[in-house]
Amino acid sequence: MNHQNEVRPGESPGAPVLRATGITKRFPGVLAVDNVDFELRAGEVHTLLGENGAGKSTLASVLCGAYQPEAGAVYRNGEAVILNSPHDGLTHGIAMVHQHFRLVERFTVSENIVLGDPSIGQFLNRNEVDAAVAAVGEQFGLPIDPTAYIYDLAVGQRQRVEIVKALYRNADVLLLDEPTAVLTPTETEALFVTVRAMTKAGKSVVFISHKLGEVAEISDRVTVMRAGRVTASVEKTQLDRHELAHLMVGRSTETDAQRYASNPPGEPALVASEVSLVTGGRTVLKNIDLAVNAGEVVGVVGVSGNGQRELADVLAGLAETTRGSVTIAGVPLSHVGAKRARKLGLAFIPEERVGTGLAPSLSITENLLLTRSRPTFISLRTTRQEARELIDEFEVKAPGPNAACRVLSGGNAQKVLVARELKGDGTPPAVVIAAAPTRGLDIGAIEQVRGLLHDARERGAGVLLISEDLDEVLSMADRIVVLYDGGITLEQSRPYEDRSAIGRAMAGIA
Amino acid sequence: MNSNAWIISIGASLAAATPIVLAALGAILHERAGVLNLGVEGMMLIGAVAAFLAADAWGNVWLALLCGILAGGSLAIIHSLLAVTFRANQIVAGLALTIFGTGVAKYLGEPVNGVAISTSINEIKMPFVGNLPAVGRVLFQQDVLTYATWAAVILVSLYINRTRLGLALRAVGESPATADAQGISVARVRHVHVLLGGLFAGAGGAYQALARAPGWNQEATTNGIGWIALSLVVFATWRPGRALFGAFIFGFAIRSQFTFQAQGITIIPSLVLDILPYALTIIVLIVMSFGTARQRLGAPAALGMPFVRDER
Repeated sequence: MNHQNEVRPGESPGAPVLRATGITKRFPGVLAVDNVDFELRAGEVHTLLGENGAGKSTLASVLCGAYQPEAGAVYRNGEAVILNSPHDGLTHGIAMVHQHFRLVERFTVSENIVLGDPSIGQFLNRNEVDAAVAAVGEQFGLPIDPTAYIYDLAVGQRQRVEIVKALYRNADVLLLDEPTAVLTPTETEALFVTVRAMTKAGKSVVFISHKLGEVAEISDRVTVMRAGRVTASVEKTQLDRHELAHLMVGRSTETDAQRYASNPPGEPALVASEVSLVTGGRTVLKNIDLAVNAGEVVGVVGVSGNGQRELADVLAGLAETTRGSVTIAGVPLSHVGAKRARKLGLAFIPEERVGTGLAPSLSITENLLLTRSRPTFISLRTTRQEARELIDEFEVKAPGPNAACRVLSGGNAQKVLVARELKGDGTPPAVVIAAAPTRGLDIGAIEQVRGLLHDARERGAGVLLISEDLDEVLSMADRIVVLYDGGITLEQSRPYEDRSAIGRAMAGIA
Repeated sequence: MNSNAWIISIGASLAAATPIVLAALGAILHERAGVLNLGVEGMMLIGAVAAFLAADAWGNVWLALLCGILAGGSLAIIHSLLAVTFRANQIVAGLALTIFGTGVAKYLGEPVNGVAISTSINEIKMPFVGNLPAVGRVLFQQDVLTYATWAAVILVSLYINRTRLGLALRAVGESPATADAQGISVARVRHVHVLLGGLFAGAGGAYQALARAPGWNQEATTNGIGWIALSLVVFATWRPGRALFGAFIFGFAIRSQFTFQAQGITIIPSLVLDILPYALTIIVLIVMSFGTARQRLGAPAALGMPFVRDER
């Protein structure tokens, strides 16, 4: 345990309005929140800081009643409460604004806001309701048009509707889940003005973020989470961005066995030159220059949502670049797509395992067959034998080779996927692109997957490892690049001496 | 041209629309809650046969109507159990109900095929307005259930758009997760409205047996009206007022054969007129099956999707 309670008693005047002790929440195969304590005082902005998958949103969902924890207790104004639904949370004055808004698109703003409010009476008096909604908005400096339809509103305005909805229902604890992720800088500024207006009115705000700059600006207190645990809780006066960056990404690599290339790298296997990608008017990849040579692992690190998924898709030939080119073994990928990329020796382990990686309702055997060169008639028997060997070798917990991949747990599905991609039908891959290959896996499975990636490198493959797990990347990659806001902001080769520089680059602190 | 015959024909078209409107109102209610019920035809048939048998046995047309309504409702409870409680595939469950309802109605109706009943829901001429030229004959010399149906259109429309419960209903059909987060019981709202839909469909079926051609005819009673009603709901973009208007068009199509015959118009073969309402239905259903068209038409966003509270 790594509990580090740095809060000095008596430092902040507010009494705790919300407190949680020993919260543990598990999802199939994942321990999302592990024995966490949390406290929110009246009138404060308390930030939950951490990487994606650190457990911030899960903890907040427990606090608002959306998830029920396996262990732990929630106290509201000192009294233990049991929250079985978000509605229970609301009756205790706790409301959460989710990343994916809970709004009915075809309703007006005020219809959304009064939905489920018993105090409006049996009949819907639109004028009255509109006036009440507008008044609440006005009070907190959140002007909204109550008669507008949600589908006409921009994202920032929708978020405003969510906040007004919470305020209209008299919530005085607001949990904002990555509220700035969808906002423009101007909208973010406006949100901060609102947050300050709310805390001034005595409301308390839990602010979830992984952006250090804004956290330092808005927070009174910061609790850092990492891998489901609280690693630190810091008062505003002690806020130090660099220290927070450390706490976010962790300090030690000792837990991970180091595996590096035993031979010098060979020819360039996968090359991206000046690759840019614009989707839906947004530039998601900016001028990426990246070369992966045969026999080396190049790691891509960064906080999720900074272009990793798009980069993987472009390099695997699943998405067309807007500018620039991608080549595998010197052959350009443009206009040829995924099938050609595979012919050139690409193995791809996508972030979404079941769905993109594996066909959910097909059996393990059939999923192995998907990437094989198939004659007109396929031999199920030999492949089924292979599937059986795979199940034995990797201790896949599956009823048998005919089990549908959708019934496998995340870790077991990943073993099937990685084995298919890396062992293949005997010919070693020339290029491996692995996105978050070990996320959610248990330690044994992690070791096996890393072992397979290492073997692929030793057999001459150029491996691109895209992962949010910095420790993993640093323990395997011969070189790393940091992806921030769609561009490469830092490049380092091992040994990685300046770990804090990596953390800062990931957090976008120049 | 016989203008009087035209007036009578149009009046009859409005009456022909009544069972369609009733079934469509019911379908609007449960589809607004996000439940697709393809069992409407079965519920109408069950309602029709129950109403006929009751009228035949007891001679009381209102008791018969009640029986028809309850019969439709009881079939709807089965659908509601399957679709809401057990989250079965709503298309399969609804089709099964239609097959079941049709089978039961044909079985019970076999011995009484062609039997007429002495009592029926009669037309009432409204005082004063019933004497207006043309309009009086068309609008104000209808039967009580037709008047009640028109009133129901207004009430259902007000309920959906102007009440708190109606707001909850629409939220459940559009975004059940949002409704759930606001403390609205998605399951309860769906159960209630599927039941209401069944009651309305049963009433529509009973009307077929009791009002226009009182009696039982294995082939002609209901005659696919449930399907017409379902496509009408799409045509009406889930709005009661538009459903009434659309039902008049379908009513006219159904009566067109008689209307044109009475006018001596023989240019259009009667076979074409016969299939007119069904051709209309097929066209509407084809349009409905395109996802994008559904979206544009304003189908409830969660239509046909069982609701499971999000626990990943």
